[in-house]
Amino acid sequence: MSRRPYVREVRRAWWLGQPRYVVYMIRELTSLFIGLYSAWLVIGLVRLAQGRTAWEGFLAATSSPPAVLFQFVCLAFAAYHSITWFAVTPKAMPLTLQGKPVSGNVIVAGHYAAWALVSLVVLIAAGV
Amino acid sequence: MSETVTLEVLRYHPETDSKPHFQSYTVPYHEDWVVLDALNHIKDHLDGTLTYRWSCHMAVCGSCGMMINGEPKLSCHAFLRDYRNGVVRIEPLDHFPIERDLVIVMDSFMEKLSSVKPYMIVEREKPLSEGEYLQTPALLNVYKQYTQCINCLLCYAACPQCALNQDFIGPAALALAHRYNLDSRDGGKDQRADVVASDEGIWECTFVGACSEVCPKHVDPAAAIQQTKISASVDWFKNLLPRGGSA
Repeated sequence: MSRRPYVREVRRAWWLGQPRYVVYMIRELTSLFIGLYSAWLVIGLVRLAQGRTAWEGFLAATSSPPAVLFQFVCLAFAAYHSITWFAVTPKAMPLTLQGKPVSGNVIVAGHYAAWALVSLVVLIAAGV
Repeated sequence: MSETVTLEVLRYHPETDSKPHFQSYTVPYHEDWVVLDALNHIKDHLDGTLTYRWSCHMAVCGSCGMMINGEPKLSCHAFLRDYRNGVVRIEPLDHFPIERDLVIVMDSFMEKLSSVKPYMIVEREKPLSEGEYLQTPALLNVYKQYTQCINCLLCYAACPQCALNQDFIGPAALALAHRYNLDSRDGGKDQRADVVASDEGIWECTFVGACSEVCPKHVDPAAAIQQTKISASVDWFKNLLPRGGSA
Protein backbone atom coordinates (compact mmCIF):
# COMPACT_ATOMS: atom_id res chain seq x y z
CA MET A 1 0.00 0.00 0.00
CA SER A 2 1.37 3.39 -0.89
CA ARG A 3 0.01 6.63 0.46
CA ARG A 4 -0.86 9.32 -2.04
CA PRO A 5 -3.18 11.81 -0.31
CA TYR A 6 -5.16 14.00 -2.69
CA VAL A 7 -5.22 17.73 -1.93
CA ARG A 8 -8.28 19.61 -3.17
CA GLU A 9 -7.69 23.12 -4.50
CA VAL A 10 -9.39 26.09 -2.84
CA ARG A 11 -11.53 27.80 -5.50
CA ARG A 12 -10.95 31.52 -5.97
CA ALA A 13 -14.68 32.09 -5.52
CA TRP A 14 -14.84 29.95 -2.36
CA TRP A 15 -16.84 32.61 -0.57
CA LEU A 16 -19.75 32.28 -3.02
CA GLY A 17 -20.28 28.66 -1.96
CA GLN A 18 -22.12 29.33 1.30
CA PRO A 19 -24.51 32.14 2.33
CA ARG A 20 -22.60 32.51 5.64
CA TYR A 21 -19.38 33.19 3.71
CA VAL A 22 -21.10 35.84 1.58
CA VAL A 23 -22.38 37.60 4.70
CA TYR A 24 -18.88 37.44 6.14
CA MET A 25 -17.29 38.88 3.00
CA ILE A 26 -19.77 41.79 3.00
CA ARG A 27 -18.73 42.49 6.59
CA GLU A 28 -15.07 42.47 5.52
CA LEU A 29 -15.94 44.79 2.60
CA THR A 30 -17.39 47.35 5.00
CA SER A 31 -13.86 48.14 6.21
CA LEU A 32 -13.06 49.52 2.75
CA PHE A 33 -15.82 52.12 2.99
CA ILE A 34 -15.02 52.96 6.59
CA GLY A 35 -11.40 53.46 5.49
CA LEU A 36 -12.49 55.70 2.59
CA TYR A 37 -14.67 57.80 4.88
CA SER A 38 -11.79 58.13 7.37
CA ALA A 39 -9.60 59.34 4.49
CA TRP A 40 -12.30 61.91 3.61
CA LEU A 41 -12.22 63.21 7.21
CA VAL A 42 -8.41 63.43 7.10
CA ILE A 43 -8.65 65.48 3.91
CA GLY A 44 -11.10 67.74 5.77
CA LEU A 45 -8.58 68.24 8.57
CA VAL A 46 -5.85 69.13 6.07
CA ARG A 47 -8.15 71.64 4.35
CA LEU A 48 -9.07 73.13 7.74
CA ALA A 49 -5.38 73.63 8.53
CA GLN A 50 -4.94 75.42 5.18
CA GLY A 51 -7.31 78.25 6.11
CA ARG A 52 -10.86 79.50 5.75
CA THR A 53 -11.16 79.39 1.95
CA ALA A 54 -9.84 75.83 1.75
CA TRP A 55 -12.19 74.71 4.54
CA GLU A 56 -15.25 76.32 2.91
CA GLY A 57 -14.29 74.62 -0.36
CA PHE A 58 -14.18 71.31 1.46
CA LEU A 59 -17.60 71.94 3.01
CA ALA A 60 -19.03 72.74 -0.41
CA ALA A 61 -17.53 69.56 -1.85
CA THR A 62 -18.97 67.56 1.07
CA SER A 63 -22.46 68.86 0.27
CA SER A 64 -22.31 68.02 -3.43
CA PRO A 65 -24.72 65.24 -4.54
CA PRO A 66 -21.98 62.63 -5.31
CA ALA A 67 -20.35 63.31 -1.91
CA VAL A 68 -23.70 63.01 -0.12
CA LEU A 69 -24.33 59.71 -1.92
CA PHE A 70 -20.83 58.53 -0.91
CA GLN A 71 -21.56 59.41 2.72
CA PHE A 72 -24.87 57.53 2.67
CA VAL A 73 -23.15 54.45 1.25
CA CYS A 74 -20.48 54.71 3.95
CA LEU A 75 -23.17 55.13 6.61
CA ALA A 76 -25.00 52.03 5.37
CA PHE A 77 -21.83 49.91 5.45
CA ALA A 78 -20.83 51.30 8.88
CA ALA A 79 -24.31 50.50 10.23
CA TYR A 80 -24.15 46.98 8.75
CA HIS A 81 -20.75 46.45 10.37
CA SER A 82 -21.86 47.81 13.74
CA ILE A 83 -25.13 45.87 13.85
CA THR A 84 -23.50 42.56 12.90
CA TRP A 85 -20.71 43.23 15.39
CA PHE A 86 -23.12 44.06 18.22
CA ALA A 87 -24.97 40.83 17.48
CA VAL A 88 -21.87 38.75 18.24
CA THR A 89 -20.59 40.71 21.25
CA PRO A 90 -22.11 38.24 23.78
CA LYS A 91 -19.72 35.64 22.33
CA ALA A 92 -16.66 37.84 22.37
CA MET A 93 -17.36 39.55 25.66
CA PRO A 94 -19.46 37.32 27.93
CA LEU A 95 -20.08 38.91 31.32
CA THR A 96 -20.78 37.39 34.68
CA LEU A 97 -22.42 39.33 37.47
CA GLN A 98 -22.21 37.89 40.99
CA GLY A 99 -21.27 34.52 39.54
CA LYS A 100 -24.17 34.38 37.08
CA PRO A 101 -23.84 34.88 33.32
CA VAL A 102 -25.39 38.09 32.01
CA SER A 103 -27.96 37.49 29.24
CA GLY A 104 -26.69 38.07 25.72
CA ASN A 105 -29.61 40.42 25.04
CA VAL A 106 -28.47 42.68 27.89
CA ILE A 107 -24.91 42.82 26.48
CA VAL A 108 -26.23 43.67 23.01
CA ALA A 109 -28.65 46.27 24.42
CA GLY A 110 -25.74 47.80 26.34
CA HIS A 111 -23.86 48.33 23.09
CA TYR A 112 -26.86 50.01 21.44
CA ALA A 113 -27.29 52.23 24.51
CA ALA A 114 -23.61 53.21 24.36
CA TRP A 115 -23.97 53.91 20.61
CA ALA A 116 -26.99 56.17 21.26
CA LEU A 117 -25.20 57.97 24.10
CA VAL A 118 -22.05 58.64 22.06
CA SER A 119 -24.17 59.81 19.10
CA LEU A 120 -26.08 62.17 21.40
CA VAL A 121 -22.86 63.63 22.81
CA VAL A 122 -21.49 64.14 19.27
CA LEU A 123 -24.73 65.82 18.13
CA ILE A 124 -24.75 68.13 21.16
CA ALA A 125 -21.07 68.97 20.67
CA ALA A 126 -21.78 69.73 17.01
CA GLY A 127 -24.55 72.09 18.09
CA VAL A 128 -27.30 70.32 16.17
CA MET B 1 -41.51 -0.65 -5.01
CA SER B 2 -40.44 0.86 -1.69
CA GLU B 3 -38.87 4.30 -1.51
CA THR B 4 -35.16 4.72 -2.21
CA VAL B 5 -32.55 7.45 -1.82
CA THR B 6 -29.64 8.19 -4.13
CA LEU B 7 -26.28 8.91 -2.57
CA GLU B 8 -23.48 10.49 -4.63
CA VAL B 9 -20.28 9.62 -2.83
CA LEU B 10 -16.86 11.05 -3.65
CA ARG B 11 -14.48 8.15 -4.27
CA TYR B 12 -10.70 8.27 -4.37
CA HIS B 13 -8.43 5.25 -4.56
CA PRO B 14 -4.81 6.43 -4.21
CA GLU B 15 -3.43 3.46 -6.14
CA THR B 16 -5.63 3.66 -9.19
CA ASP B 17 -7.20 7.14 -9.35
CA SER B 18 -5.43 10.33 -10.40
CA LYS B 19 -8.24 12.39 -8.86
CA PRO B 20 -11.52 11.83 -6.98
CA HIS B 21 -14.81 11.12 -8.77
CA PHE B 22 -18.42 10.75 -7.70
CA GLN B 23 -20.13 7.37 -7.62
CA SER B 24 -23.89 6.93 -7.23
CA TYR B 25 -25.56 4.38 -5.01
CA THR B 26 -29.26 3.76 -4.48
CA VAL B 27 -30.20 2.65 -0.99
CA PRO B 28 -33.55 1.90 0.66
CA TYR B 29 -35.17 4.79 2.53
CA HIS B 30 -35.94 4.35 6.20
CA GLU B 31 -37.51 7.06 8.33
CA ASP B 32 -35.08 6.40 11.19
CA TRP B 33 -31.88 6.04 9.12
CA VAL B 34 -29.05 8.51 9.36
CA VAL B 35 -26.59 9.02 6.50
CA LEU B 36 -24.15 6.68 8.27
CA ASP B 37 -26.75 3.88 8.13
CA ALA B 38 -26.99 4.41 4.38
CA LEU B 39 -23.18 4.24 4.04
CA ASN B 40 -23.13 1.06 6.13
CA HIS B 41 -25.79 -0.40 3.83
CA ILE B 42 -23.57 0.37 0.83
CA LYS B 43 -20.54 -1.15 2.53
CA ASP B 44 -22.40 -4.30 3.60
CA HIS B 45 -24.57 -4.95 0.54
CA LEU B 46 -23.47 -2.93 -2.50
CA ASP B 47 -19.77 -2.08 -2.47
CA GLY B 48 -17.41 -3.35 0.19
CA THR B 49 -14.57 -1.14 -1.08
CA LEU B 50 -16.16 2.09 0.17
CA THR B 51 -13.94 3.48 2.93
CA TYR B 52 -14.97 5.83 5.73
CA ARG B 53 -14.41 6.28 9.47
CA TRP B 54 -17.03 5.67 12.08
CA SER B 55 -17.35 4.16 15.50
CA CYS B 56 -20.01 5.08 18.05
CA HIS B 57 -23.06 5.99 15.90
CA MET B 58 -24.20 8.41 18.63
CA ALA B 59 -22.33 11.73 18.11
CA VAL B 60 -19.77 10.99 20.79
CA CYS B 61 -16.65 9.62 19.11
CA GLY B 62 -16.29 12.33 16.45
CA SER B 63 -15.09 9.90 13.76
CA CYS B 64 -17.76 10.13 11.07
CA GLY B 65 -17.55 13.79 10.06
CA MET B 66 -18.06 14.42 6.33
CA MET B 67 -19.50 16.99 3.93
CA ILE B 68 -23.18 16.27 3.36
CA ASN B 69 -24.58 18.45 0.58
CA GLY B 70 -21.71 20.87 1.16
CA GLU B 71 -22.21 21.18 4.92
CA PRO B 72 -19.86 19.59 7.46
CA LYS B 73 -21.89 17.11 9.53
CA LEU B 74 -21.48 14.00 11.62
CA SER B 75 -23.02 11.37 9.36
CA CYS B 76 -24.50 9.67 12.43
CA HIS B 77 -26.21 12.94 13.30
CA ALA B 78 -27.76 13.67 9.89
CA PHE B 79 -31.09 11.99 9.19
CA LEU B 80 -31.82 10.80 5.66
CA ARG B 81 -35.35 12.18 6.04
CA ASP B 82 -33.91 15.71 6.03
CA TYR B 83 -32.51 15.08 2.52
CA ARG B 84 -35.52 13.22 1.16
CA ASN B 85 -36.08 15.43 -1.87
CA GLY B 86 -33.10 15.03 -4.13
CA VAL B 87 -29.69 13.48 -4.18
CA VAL B 88 -27.50 13.31 -1.08
CA ARG B 89 -23.96 14.33 -2.01
CA ILE B 90 -21.28 13.05 0.35
CA GLU B 91 -17.65 14.17 0.32
CA PRO B 92 -14.73 13.96 2.75
CA LEU B 93 -14.36 16.91 5.15
CA ASP B 94 -13.22 20.03 3.33
CA HIS B 95 -9.76 21.54 3.87
CA PHE B 96 -8.06 18.20 4.56
CA PRO B 97 -6.17 15.96 2.12
CA ILE B 98 -8.08 12.81 1.12
CA GLU B 99 -6.43 9.58 2.22
CA ARG B 100 -8.99 7.39 0.49
CA ASP B 101 -12.70 7.82 -0.30
CA LEU B 102 -14.23 9.63 2.71
CA VAL B 103 -11.18 9.26 4.94
CA ILE B 104 -9.15 12.41 5.46
CA VAL B 105 -5.53 12.88 6.57
CA MET B 106 -5.69 14.51 9.99
CA ASP B 107 -1.99 14.48 10.91
CA SER B 108 -1.78 18.27 10.73
CA PHE B 109 -4.61 18.60 13.25
CA MET B 110 -2.96 16.17 15.67
CA GLU B 111 0.23 18.26 15.55
CA LYS B 112 -1.69 21.51 16.10
CA LEU B 113 -3.66 19.98 18.95
CA SER B 114 -0.57 18.82 20.82
CA SER B 115 1.16 22.18 20.19
CA VAL B 116 -1.35 24.00 22.42
CA LYS B 117 -0.69 21.61 25.35
CA PRO B 118 -4.35 20.63 25.88
CA TYR B 119 -3.87 19.14 29.31
CA MET B 120 -3.65 20.31 32.90
CA ILE B 121 -0.41 22.08 33.79
CA VAL B 122 -0.55 22.79 37.50
CA GLU B 123 1.57 25.58 38.91
CA ARG B 124 2.68 23.50 41.85
CA GLU B 125 2.40 19.74 42.15
CA LYS B 126 0.80 19.00 45.51
CA PRO B 127 1.78 15.94 47.53
CA LEU B 128 -1.06 13.43 47.89
CA SER B 129 -1.33 14.30 51.57
CA GLU B 130 -2.63 17.75 50.66
CA GLY B 131 -5.63 16.21 48.93
CA GLU B 132 -7.41 17.02 45.68
CA TYR B 133 -7.29 20.16 43.56
CA LEU B 134 -10.70 21.45 44.57
CA GLN B 135 -13.03 23.40 42.33
CA THR B 136 -16.51 24.81 42.92
CA PRO B 137 -19.39 24.21 40.47
CA ALA B 138 -19.18 27.91 39.52
CA LEU B 139 -15.50 27.53 38.60
CA LEU B 140 -16.36 24.42 36.57
CA ASN B 141 -19.07 26.29 34.67
CA VAL B 142 -16.52 28.86 33.50
CA TYR B 143 -14.99 26.36 31.06
CA LYS B 144 -17.39 23.38 30.98
CA GLN B 145 -18.81 24.20 27.55
CA TYR B 146 -15.33 23.88 25.98
CA THR B 147 -14.80 20.41 27.43
CA GLN B 148 -17.51 19.06 25.12
CA CYS B 149 -15.25 19.04 22.03
CA ILE B 150 -15.00 15.59 20.41
CA ASN B 151 -12.30 16.54 17.87
CA CYS B 152 -14.64 15.74 14.97
CA LEU B 153 -13.01 18.48 12.82
CA LEU B 154 -16.30 19.82 11.43
CA CYS B 155 -15.11 23.28 12.54
CA TYR B 156 -11.93 22.96 10.45
CA ALA B 157 -14.01 21.98 7.43
CA ALA B 158 -16.28 25.00 7.96
CA CYS B 159 -13.52 27.57 8.51
CA PRO B 160 -12.30 29.35 5.36
CA GLN B 161 -9.18 30.51 7.19
CA CYS B 162 -8.21 26.86 7.64
CA ALA B 163 -8.42 26.48 3.87
CA LEU B 164 -6.50 29.66 3.07
CA ASN B 165 -3.71 29.15 5.62
CA GLN B 166 -2.81 25.55 6.33
CA ASP B 167 -0.73 26.64 9.34
CA PHE B 168 -3.70 28.15 11.20
CA ILE B 169 -3.96 26.32 14.54
CA GLY B 170 -7.71 26.29 14.01
CA PRO B 171 -10.94 26.40 16.02
CA ALA B 172 -10.96 23.14 18.02
CA ALA B 173 -7.34 23.32 19.20
CA LEU B 174 -7.71 26.98 20.21
CA ALA B 175 -10.99 26.25 22.01
CA LEU B 176 -9.28 23.46 23.95
CA ALA B 177 -6.38 25.76 24.86
CA HIS B 178 -9.00 28.23 26.13
CA ARG B 179 -10.67 25.45 28.10
CA TYR B 180 -7.45 24.79 30.07
CA ASN B 181 -6.56 28.49 30.38
CA LEU B 182 -9.95 29.08 32.03
CA ASP B 183 -9.55 26.17 34.45
CA SER B 184 -8.86 27.43 37.98
CA ARG B 185 -6.58 24.44 38.63
CA ASP B 186 -4.38 25.19 35.60
CA GLY B 187 -1.30 27.39 35.47
CA GLY B 188 -0.09 26.73 31.92
CA LYS B 189 -1.44 29.81 30.13
CA ASP B 190 2.02 31.31 29.57
CA GLN B 191 3.32 28.03 28.14
CA ARG B 192 0.45 27.92 25.66
CA ALA B 193 0.71 31.59 24.71
CA ASP B 194 3.64 31.11 22.30
CA VAL B 195 1.39 29.12 19.99
CA VAL B 196 -2.07 30.39 20.95
CA ALA B 197 -1.25 34.12 20.72
CA SER B 198 0.94 33.78 17.59
CA ASP B 199 0.09 34.85 14.04
CA GLU B 200 -0.94 31.27 13.25
CA GLY B 201 -3.00 31.15 16.45
CA ILE B 202 -5.87 33.41 17.42
CA TRP B 203 -4.79 36.29 15.16
CA GLU B 204 -5.35 34.24 12.01
CA CYS B 205 -9.05 34.05 12.96
CA THR B 206 -11.21 36.72 11.31
CA PHE B 207 -14.38 35.73 13.15
CA VAL B 208 -16.29 34.17 10.29
CA GLY B 209 -18.19 32.25 12.98
CA ALA B 210 -18.85 29.18 10.82
CA CYS B 211 -17.00 26.91 13.29
CA SER B 212 -19.58 27.56 15.99
CA GLU B 213 -22.50 27.17 13.61
CA VAL B 214 -21.49 23.65 12.55
CA CYS B 215 -20.28 22.37 15.94
CA PRO B 216 -22.45 19.34 16.85
CA LYS B 217 -21.59 19.71 20.54
CA HIS B 218 -22.28 23.48 20.86
CA VAL B 219 -18.72 24.19 21.95
CA ASP B 220 -18.63 27.63 20.29
CA PRO B 221 -14.95 27.82 19.28
CA ALA B 222 -15.48 31.29 17.75
CA ALA B 223 -16.36 32.66 21.17
CA ALA B 224 -13.33 30.95 22.72
CA ILE B 225 -11.02 32.53 20.14
CA GLN B 226 -12.47 36.05 20.50
CA GLN B 227 -12.19 35.83 24.29
CA THR B 228 -8.59 34.66 23.93
CA LYS B 229 -7.88 37.67 21.67
CA ILE B 230 -9.07 40.03 24.40
CA SER B 231 -7.13 38.17 27.09
CA ALA B 232 -3.93 38.09 24.96
CA SER B 233 -4.26 41.82 24.22
CA VAL B 234 -4.60 42.58 27.94
CA ASP B 235 -1.51 40.45 28.65
CA TRP B 236 0.41 42.28 25.90
CA PHE B 237 -0.42 45.69 27.43
CA LYS B 238 0.50 44.43 30.89
CA ASN B 239 3.92 43.41 29.55
CA LEU B 240 4.45 46.98 28.29
CA LEU B 241 4.09 48.28 31.83
CA PRO B 242 7.14 48.54 34.10
CA ARG B 243 7.74 45.82 36.67
CA GLY B 244 4.80 45.36 38.97
CA GLY B 245 2.33 46.06 36.17
CA SER B 246 1.61 42.38 35.85
CA ALA B 247 -0.02 42.32 39.28
